[in-house]
Amino acid sequence: MLEARDVVSGYGEVEILHGVSIAVEEAEIVTIIGPNGAGKSTLMKTIFGLLPLRKGKVFFAGEDVTGLAPQAMVSRGVCYVPQSDNIFPTLTIHENLEMGAFIRRDDYRGRMKEIYELFPDLAERRGVRAGKLSGGQRQMLALARALMLEPRLLLLDEPSASLAPNMVELVFAKIQEINRSGVAMMMVEQNARHALALSHRGYVLAMGQNRLEGTGEGLLNNEEVGKLYLGG
Amino acid sequence: MVRSLTQTAALIGRARREYAGLADKVGTVGLWLLIGLLLLVGVIATRQNLATGIIVGSVYALGALGITLIFGILKFAHFAHGDMMMFGAYVALAAFVGGGKIGPLSFGWGMIFAIFVSMAALGAGSIAIDRAVYRPLRRRRSGAVVLAIASLGIAIILRAIMLLWWGPDQKLYVAGIHPARQLPFDIRLKPDQLFIVATCLVLIALVYLLLFRTKMGKAMRAMSDNAELARVTGIDTEQVVMWTWIIGGALAAVAGVLLGIQSNLKPELGFTLLLPLFAGAILGGLGSPQGALVGAMIVGISQEVLVGIDLPFPPFGVPGYKPAVAFGILILILLVRPRGLFGKT
Repeated sequence: MLEARDVVSGYGEVEILHGVSIAVEEAEIVTIIGPNGAGKSTLMKTIFGLLPLRKGKVFFAGEDVTGLAPQAMVSRGVCYVPQSDNIFPTLTIHENLEMGAFIRRDDYRGRMKEIYELFPDLAERRGVRAGKLSGGQRQMLALARALMLEPRLLLLDEPSASLAPNMVELVFAKIQEINRSGVAMMMVEQNARHALALSHRGYVLAMGQNRLEGTGEGLLNNEEVGKLYLGG
Repeated sequence: MVRSLTQTAALIGRARREYAGLADKVGTVGLWLLIGLLLLVGVIATRQNLATGIIVGSVYALGALGITLIFGILKFAHFAHGDMMMFGAYVALAAFVGGGKIGPLSFGWGMIFAIFVSMAALGAGSIAIDRAVYRPLRRRRSGAVVLAIASLGIAIILRAIMLLWWGPDQKLYVAGIHPARQLPFDIRLKPDQLFIVATCLVLIALVYLLLFRTKMGKAMRAMSDNAELARVTGIDTEQVVMWTWIIGGALAAVAGVLLGIQSNLKPELGFTLLLPLFAGAILGGLGSPQGALVGAMIVGISQEVLVGIDLPFPPFGVPGYKPAVAFGILILILLVRPRGLFGKT
């Protein structure tokens, strides 16, 4: 469904990705792991159009989407959840979800109801300012907001970053639940062991290049991956 | 040894944070006490000046609201706002061709028509200026300072146009004497002044409804919170910017006309407005609409009340000290609580 071919990208003068290729199939969870500075987040931002792509191609659902702006990606059904600052703090929970549906011209009240059923904690507090939520609840709200558009693919940048261990469990469980409803996911994670365990496939990036790829389980049991990225 | 050092460092860090939190609370409580004292003095000593302060403050509020919205969404200090207000007053002067009187007011429906013409002209003009000047700078990723200096350039151009077209002399909408009326509590006000306050209240209510009840208003608040996230979410940020200029420009137009009704029209008045407008917006917390309303009102009241108290040292008793009062408030708030009364940390 999503395919990125030989992507070259970076910030300003610095080239970070030197030709990375990845693919995400329909209803798959794909995790990208790798050491700091490997270019995981850069890859995600480049695919979504937040960073200019210097070389390479990106295809989504059979269409060439190379170099499209974020808004164009969103309207094609690709939503992105940044790692931090991923909610509007002075808006209420309900208003955050409304903003998630900004580009929808149809009646999305049905979708809103579904989202509140999926996230009952948010439903209870819909009138509360999002800035008052805890770290885990913010992450849930960020996921919920991205789901308002009924996306076909979610890009998640370190969904478990800076969360308490029990919240990590909840967030990952929710990610799996969302995936089972048919949404494909591409996720960047530091929490490699946990993420790979629930992923269908995974990629290992290093120094801005593809290093390894395989099934989630395969990578978990891979000796090199174990030594380098999973802490032995 | 190392362990005890890190522990000490952690302790000092915590004490520092607690001190900062305490200082913030003391500052906030102190500020609200000062504001309460000001109102009390106004009510006891000089109710007439308090009333005038509320009128001036409500006009400032319309200007400060525009400044705070523009700052929140475009992230720069719009130094052309005062001149834009005055420009709006002159546009209304050009569009005002008489037209009878409404009740006790000094003007008639012709003025209401002129206000709408001015709002439309400044709304459209603001979009045109954005397209010609600010948008190209945004595309080049220019910083807040570059944009602020550009707005200073726009301010100078607007003032030059006013000078060329309407001349340097003071102008009035309706010449003649408009007597004030005796109201309860020893207050004397002209009917025009009540019109000013009523118009401001209606507009503030409309802006509030827009920001909290409409999709575009919520998107404006969202973009003010986090412009990058707004873009990522799919919000049409250029459309949000356009609406910000329409609202900011239209409010500035009305504020300018009301100020012209309250006193008079003069090209250089616009620039002197900047100080109280920014003092109000910063006092309330830049980017916060509620803050701009409260802050501007406090600045307006302070100016009139302090100047109305008869004490033998400045700023009391001398109208010329009004700008100094606004400047004093600005310095005080920047020292005590730079994020303002309602600002985000």
